Amino acid sequence: MRHVDLVIIGGGCAGMAAAIEAKHQGIDDILILEKNSQLGGILDQCIHNGFGLTEFKEELTGPEYASRFAKQVKELNIPYLLNTYVMEITKEKHVLFASKDEGVEEIEATAIVMATGCYERNAGAIQLAGSRCAGVITAGAAQRYLNIHGYMCGKNIVILGSGDIGLIMARRLTLEGANVICVCELMPYSNGLNRNIAQCLNDYNIPLYLSTTIKEVIGKKRLEKVILTKVDEKLRPIEGSEIELECDTLILSVGLIPYISLLENIDCPISSTKGAIVNEDMETGIPGIFSCGNCLHVHDVVDFVTDEGRSAGLGASKYIKGLSSKGDYIKVIPSDNVSYVVPQNIHKDTSDDVTLKFRVRTPIKNAVIEIVSGDKVIYRMNKIACIPSEMNLIKISNSKLANLENDICVKVNGR
Amino acid sequence: MFDIVIIGAGITGTLIARELSKYHLKVGVIEKCNDVGNATTNANSAIIHSGYDPVPGTLKAKFNVLGNPMYDQLTKELNVPFYRLGSLTVAIYDEQIPLLKDLAKRSKVNGVPVQLLNSEEVLALEPNINPNVKMALFAPTCGIIDPFNLTVRAMENAIDNGVTLLLSEEVINISKENDIHIIRTKKNRYEAKIVINCAGNYADNIASMIEPIDWSITPRKGEYYVLDHYKAGLVNRTIFPLPSEKGKGILVSVTTSGNYIVGPSSEPVPDKDDVSTDALTLKNVKEQALDLVPSVPFNQVIRTFSGLRPSCSRHDFIIEYAKTDKTFINVAGIESPGIASSPAIAKYVVNELVKPLMELKEKEDFNPNVRKVERLYYAEQNKDYSFINSHENYSEVICSCEKVTLGEIMDQLNRSCPPHSVKGVKRRTRAGFGKCQGGFCQSKIVLLLAKHYGVSPLDIPLDDEGSNILLEKVKD
Repeated sequence: MRHVDLVIIGGGCAGMAAAIEAKHQGIDDILILEKNSQLGGILDQCIHNGFGLTEFKEELTGPEYASRFAKQVKELNIPYLLNTYVMEITKEKHVLFASKDEGVEEIEATAIVMATGCYERNAGAIQLAGSRCAGVITAGAAQRYLNIHGYMCGKNIVILGSGDIGLIMARRLTLEGANVICVCELMPYSNGLNRNIAQCLNDYNIPLYLSTTIKEVIGKKRLEKVILTKVDEKLRPIEGSEIELECDTLILSVGLIPYISLLENIDCPISSTKGAIVNEDMETGIPGIFSCGNCLHVHDVVDFVTDEGRSAGLGASKYIKGLSSKGDYIKVIPSDNVSYVVPQNIHKDTSDDVTLKFRVRTPIKNAVIEIVSGDKVIYRMNKIACIPSEMNLIKISNSKLANLENDICVKVNGR
Repeated sequence: MFDIVIIGAGITGTLIARELSKYHLKVGVIEKCNDVGNATTNANSAIIHSGYDPVPGTLKAKFNVLGNPMYDQLTKELNVPFYRLGSLTVAIYDEQIPLLKDLAKRSKVNGVPVQLLNSEEVLALEPNINPNVKMALFAPTCGIIDPFNLTVRAMENAIDNGVTLLLSEEVINISKENDIHIIRTKKNRYEAKIVINCAGNYADNIASMIEPIDWSITPRKGEYYVLDHYKAGLVNRTIFPLPSEKGKGILVSVTTSGNYIVGPSSEPVPDKDDVSTDALTLKNVKEQALDLVPSVPFNQVIRTFSGLRPSCSRHDFIIEYAKTDKTFINVAGIESPGIASSPAIAKYVVNELVKPLMELKEKEDFNPNVRKVERLYYAEQNKDYSFINSHENYSEVICSCEKVTLGEIMDQLNRSCPPHSVKGVKRRTRAGFGKCQGGFCQSKIVLLLAKHYGVSPLDIPLDDEGSNILLEKVKD
């Protein structure tokens, strides 16, 4: 069986950043396996701009952003296989893949970085009630039809869910001449970034209905109408609040889920993010298997994905060189109003600073972010507001982590 | 002119067509949808029932018991996944025990092998069943099948043996001129000496075109959950509650693709095309299923759907000549256990109803087999990649969730009963069946279909004609 030091599954920006970082760390025997016909991942269909403000200090489109990394991968002569689908990985880090050009092959890796991205929650997952007609489509699928293939999925459109892709598609479809009737959001607050609400909805007079969901879709062959309903504070439909809206298309932007079937199949420990539980090196519960990007937890800014890819590339390089920390873990626990924190475990003897990434459950104004270990407050910061759609990043220096006796809790409360 | 026209390409229509293709006859199958098996056949529990449940003496009991053992050979010839895993019908409450014992007696009358198991024996077989289980009826001959591919392969085999399939042809009128049936569809006019009515939920409408009838079909809707194939062993076979007059109850079963299916509800509906789902009914299905198997992981639901049983006012199958015309045969009311019964029904219709009317001369060159279906998934199960590595397109994965390759889709497109819609591809290959529900692969399949048929992607339907996915090309 062919051996490769580092196999990276997924050639989006997380996978490419991991590969580039590993190469810089002196790992030469790398193989990126990418299922599509080019490197870049989901960015290829994100033709709007706004990518790369932190990384490149300029606003790029998704394909431009991806191409900068693809160029580096090529310049660094990092090997990659396109049209290649990984069928199975094992705890022993065997990788079985089917490749358009090479057929089915199994290789053995010293370390694996998972960078497989995420998928969209769809009508099946949210158990959307009503008919099974055409005209119900996820925002990402609608985006691919429009931006890659040049086809409009609808003309009179209702959007369910205020996730960022849905908001961006509201603007994109409006610019292409569609009538976006409204965006409905189950929660009493938006799940998209504020700048997207302003630039994609407000600028085009598209109403956003909060605490509203779709009760039923109706249509014989193609969607004809949807029934909207208000929901109460427990998200239950309020009887009598139904409104019927005629439309030909319902776009779903109801969340993204890490795509980690490969890890689930080998019983890798999974967190509440639906991604793997990792340590500060982005190493999962299975030694030598690392995870980063949207398959670890869903990000809202691509630069953070890139950064996380680098951390995984660095972590995998240390593992390959036998330099990983081996000490005890401190657990990182999401506490008051925090839905999750990545990483979930940190080595007490970590040699690097650690960035904690977390989200709040509900919007909190005049927020105080605290990181505590027992009675000891390691970090405290005031923030005007924390919202669930925005990931928070806090860098903790490793000196503060040494000699801690208790697990770390991350809390966010109002002042 | 056709010797025989079959109206309806569901499981009974296609199996009858295949049975007729063994003889020197000109046979046509007229189907109103753009694919075979597009209604009742594709939305059900996918079970080959053992036959303990139907009331002794009914046609349901007779054909179920005759049909079940035919499945081993049939699925081998048609290369369709079929597993005889057995079923458990479970009594959870004390008051259910006498009912279960009655069922055991009924099995004996029907001639179906069963065994009563005590709670320990049940929990040893199925550790996730409600631990309060008192007793269960084990029926080893119960099986699970892919009913849609059974129908596709039956039609494909019939076509390969000379039958004509006419899709997207809705029958609007049947008349008789000089002892010949004139069948008018929305688009064409066909002639046949014999008509076999296999029109499912519309069988009463079709039968009424010949003569007044004293029976009717009222669909009974069944709503289901489909769970992802994330882990083996939730249940290892089909688990039924005790049946009632409404049906066999909410079952929890493994499927031929390793998913789990939970359902169905049972409610009569007036609209013969209403396959919508509703939250309240599904909530009820869920509660009943959790009583049977408390650990069903409903957070793993990837889809909900409903199907319509063609329930007949006679409460049994109708398999007989029209009252006033022996050349018109009704095969109606084929609800559960319809799939299990259909191979036996097909033989009966041909041998007992068609044969007396028409000379049946066997073809010497009838080939009962279809070309083998190859899949990357099967190769992975068997750890043998020789076919995959030696055939073009079989290592290019189109659907990641279900490991479906370009080669598998192209193979289906090049068979004699090919798909014309995204769902046609999905049901044949499983592309789009997984947890992303086609989010990633649907556009690829739309483009493949458009290229194959030489049409615009705008013309590719999701399902039946008129269910187009894309509405406009963007101006360049």
